[in-house]
Amino acid sequence: MSETAKTSGGLEQDRPDADAAAELARQAEAGPAGRAAAPDVTLPVLGFAGMLRWAWTQLTSMRTALFLLLLLAVAAVPGSLFPQRPANPAVVTQYLKDNPDTGPWLDKLQLFDVYSSVWFSAIYLLLFISLIGCVLPRAGHHWKAMRSQPPRTPRRLSRLPEYGALALAADSPVTASSAVEDAARLLKRRGYRVQVRGADTALPSVGAERGFLKETGNLIFHISLIGVLVSVAVGGLFGYRGQKIIVEGDSFVNTLVGYDNFSPGTNFSENQLEPFSLQLDKFEVVFDRESKTHYGQPLDFTAGMTTRDAAGAEPKQQTLKVNEPLSIGGANVYLVGNGYAPVVTVRDGDGNIAHQGPVVAVPTDGAYTSTLVLKVPDARPEQLGFVGLFLPTALENEQGVAFGSDPDPFNPRLYLNSYAGDLGLDEGEPKNVYVLDTAGLRVLNDRTQESGGIVLGPGETFTLPDGLGTISFDGLKRYVALDITADPGETGALVFSSLALAGLCASLFVGRRRVWVRAGTHPDGRTMVEWALLARGEDHRLAAEAAALRKLLEKEWLAGSARPADNGKNGGAGSAGATNS
Amino acid sequence: MPSIDETLGQYSELFILLAAMTFTVALIAFCWDLATASRTLQAVEDRLARQQVPAEAAVGAGRTGGGGAAEGAVETADESLEYAGQRRPAARIGVALSALGTLILAAGVISRGLAAHRVPWGNMYEFCTTGALVVAAVFLLALTRKDMRFLGSFVIGLVVIMLCAAAIAFPTPVAHLVPALQSYWLIIHVSVAVIASALFTLTFAMSVLQLLQARREATAMAGRPDRLAFLRVVPSALTLENVAYRINTVAFVLWTFTVMAGAIWAEKAWGRYWGWDTKEVWSFVIWVVYAGYLHARATRGWTGTRAAWLSIVGYLCVIFNFTIVNVFFSGLHSYSGL
Ligand code: HEM
Repeated sequence: MSETAKTSGGLEQDRPDADAAAELARQAEAGPAGRAAAPDVTLPVLGFAGMLRWAWTQLTSMRTALFLLLLLAVAAVPGSLFPQRPANPAVVTQYLKDNPDTGPWLDKLQLFDVYSSVWFSAIYLLLFISLIGCVLPRAGHHWKAMRSQPPRTPRRLSRLPEYGALALAADSPVTASSAVEDAARLLKRRGYRVQVRGADTALPSVGAERGFLKETGNLIFHISLIGVLVSVAVGGLFGYRGQKIIVEGDSFVNTLVGYDNFSPGTNFSENQLEPFSLQLDKFEVVFDRESKTHYGQPLDFTAGMTTRDAAGAEPKQQTLKVNEPLSIGGANVYLVGNGYAPVVTVRDGDGNIAHQGPVVAVPTDGAYTSTLVLKVPDARPEQLGFVGLFLPTALENEQGVAFGSDPDPFNPRLYLNSYAGDLGLDEGEPKNVYVLDTAGLRVLNDRTQESGGIVLGPGETFTLPDGLGTISFDGLKRYVALDITADPGETGALVFSSLALAGLCASLFVGRRRVWVRAGTHPDGRTMVEWALLARGEDHRLAAEAAALRKLLEKEWLAGSARPADNGKNGGAGSAGATNS
Repeated sequence: MPSIDETLGQYSELFILLAAMTFTVALIAFCWDLATASRTLQAVEDRLARQQVPAEAAVGAGRTGGGGAAEGAVETADESLEYAGQRRPAARIGVALSALGTLILAAGVISRGLAAHRVPWGNMYEFCTTGALVVAAVFLLALTRKDMRFLGSFVIGLVVIMLCAAAIAFPTPVAHLVPALQSYWLIIHVSVAVIASALFTLTFAMSVLQLLQARREATAMAGRPDRLAFLRVVPSALTLENVAYRINTVAFVLWTFTVMAGAIWAEKAWGRYWGWDTKEVWSFVIWVVYAGYLHARATRGWTGTRAAWLSIVGYLCVIFNFTIVNVFFSGLHSYSGL
């Protein structure tokens, strides 16, 4: 019964808007006097301040909070439907290219930057303003409630949702006032705050209340959400994130020019970068060689690194793995990708070495079928460009088309087309190193030409047509793709979200309830005790608490001795002193 | 890395198929129970009503289809959800078979874990089978405390769907985990997510029943015939709402933890704790919808039917996140094994 009753009635008691309603009611009662004081004011003039107050009340109402929450959920969805710039700028560019009609419109609506868009920000900022406006007054109320005494004992306890009574035999040593003292002690031990009333009257009673932690938890939860938001903002302001690819044997120094890609926070300054360095000594990969169904699936990636905290510092040997970042110089280093870098030498038409070294190939599938672009601007008399595939284990199908069949380098092959002409690298615009714009170039080698495509195994050399030079495949290295990030808001986010979780548990699972116990003496000499419990807010354990309380009291007064004279909810009894039996 | 035990893996698949069949029979029993239990009740009431007709002719004549309950009220199960009342053999069979199915499924899931030397939740097949096991186990656990057999056809129906999806749509032989999933956070994050989802499943079923029951109660108030007689074995809308709320609070806390653990893991694996990856977006949406639900329960005018709708929408988001997002959306979380 108690469960169902509280849903409609009891629940509203704790709500600030219910408090407001009560306040209204109070004012209404005081109405005649108030009106008498200012009889000629007929229409309330809202005015600017009044408008503001009205707007504030609306914004901080529970209904608005609910509405904004649901709106936030809806507004978050498009971010999963459209590619997002922060995560995938290239995909967005491609999308705009593929959808020249709708794309720009979607872009104007900020659908490619949903989470930094004006509309998304507006919703969560309003929500958080509403939250602050909601939490502050609540905190005030709660502060007062925590320091006030438990409410006065109601006249008719039997009307409350949980009620019980006991009659103690006349020869029992328990008197009304000692019974109330006992009850107060027991309740206190159960975590209640208690106050004994009228100890020396005929009907002494004790009022008790517990579960302030519920509201405290609720406040902590909501305030912590603000903390999480602030932490996220701190990360966005002072953090940075960069990408770097390191081939085996190479190293990286943490400076701006060292990065392949760098996205600083809004307030980032370059001297935040500690001058640590990383060298990739060896990268080991284990593929599944036992399973028939998952043959060749990666099982382990391990990067052996030599790290230095600063330029002259002691070198340290460290291993970097997926899910196990390295922490160095205030930043974290993550292993986010890997692949092959064939070592290639290009001699130009003059016989000089125009390029020598590993070329990073980008894997596109589980067999590490990788795309590769090599630009050789130093080649003379003409600049050279190569585009093609690297296959770690190349097989040919019946049509003679090569495909990659295994991620380990059992039969490594380079399949390249070559181009000659102006690569357009001298104009100073930054160019994507993984893309060669072949539009203005002359084709030297590809499958459609008489010269054919270039196919190279390890140690082999291919001579380009027209005496433009040679290309040779000298060896194979692996590389790792690293993300290097610093986020000074991270700890805050963890602390505040943990606090929020703790607050949430307290708020949802602590029962806030009140207990009153009253005792009196029946004319026949028996001591009569009655008690009642009331929940504030949702509390399905009230009945269990009532049962536990009865047990405690019975144990206290009846243990071993007389059996309870009156052992049940006898409904109609008003006060203990008058209990019939 | 110890080798995969492929023979044990095949036994595991066999167990899971067997479990699916057992659950299917259990489902039939539960549906049978819903259909017959209310009819038995109706018959009892009609007999009582007929006996009362001579005495209360006027009242009796005015009623068309409603049960023998008081005017305007509607017959529902007891709100305490205690086991009592008339015997329901079909429901008993349903519960027994569900227990049996759960045991067989547990054998299947555990043997898969043993075969792979790791926790059995690393791809869609495993999410579905382990998820079904947890849903069934949570349901049985709830049954030991309260009479929630009225949920049987919904919950076991869902278990059957999950097992069929695993066997038909996502079959995946046992294998090792890819490096990205080799983390103890997989154990923490996914297990709690599965438990939370199982609880959301229970409350989803309750919220749907709550809406039906509320409509039936309104129909009875209006004196129109009761066309949803099977809801006699289901508690009142208010009881359903309260019980669903209690379970939803637990599930919400677990979901909050799931999202946090996911963020911690994302920080470890990808170098950022939140990046609005598709999966993260939908986990956030789920969280906000259920936060809305909790708010609704404390907002005047939003308790009851509206709150139930929010609980349903939240669950649809859970399903969407698990199926559509895993299968069709690309993102960092592409571990569905498809
Ligand atoms: C970022 C936005 C918000 C989120 C994510 C959020 C989330 C939650 C959650 C999950 C609960 C249930 C747990 C609990 O009882 O502590 C809750 C309760 C509550 N929230 Fe919020 N909230 C937000 C904003 C607000 C705002 C703006 C208000 C004020 C209008 C508000 C007022 C309340 C109240 C009064 C409760 C207690 C309800 C109850 O006891 O069941 N919240 N909130």
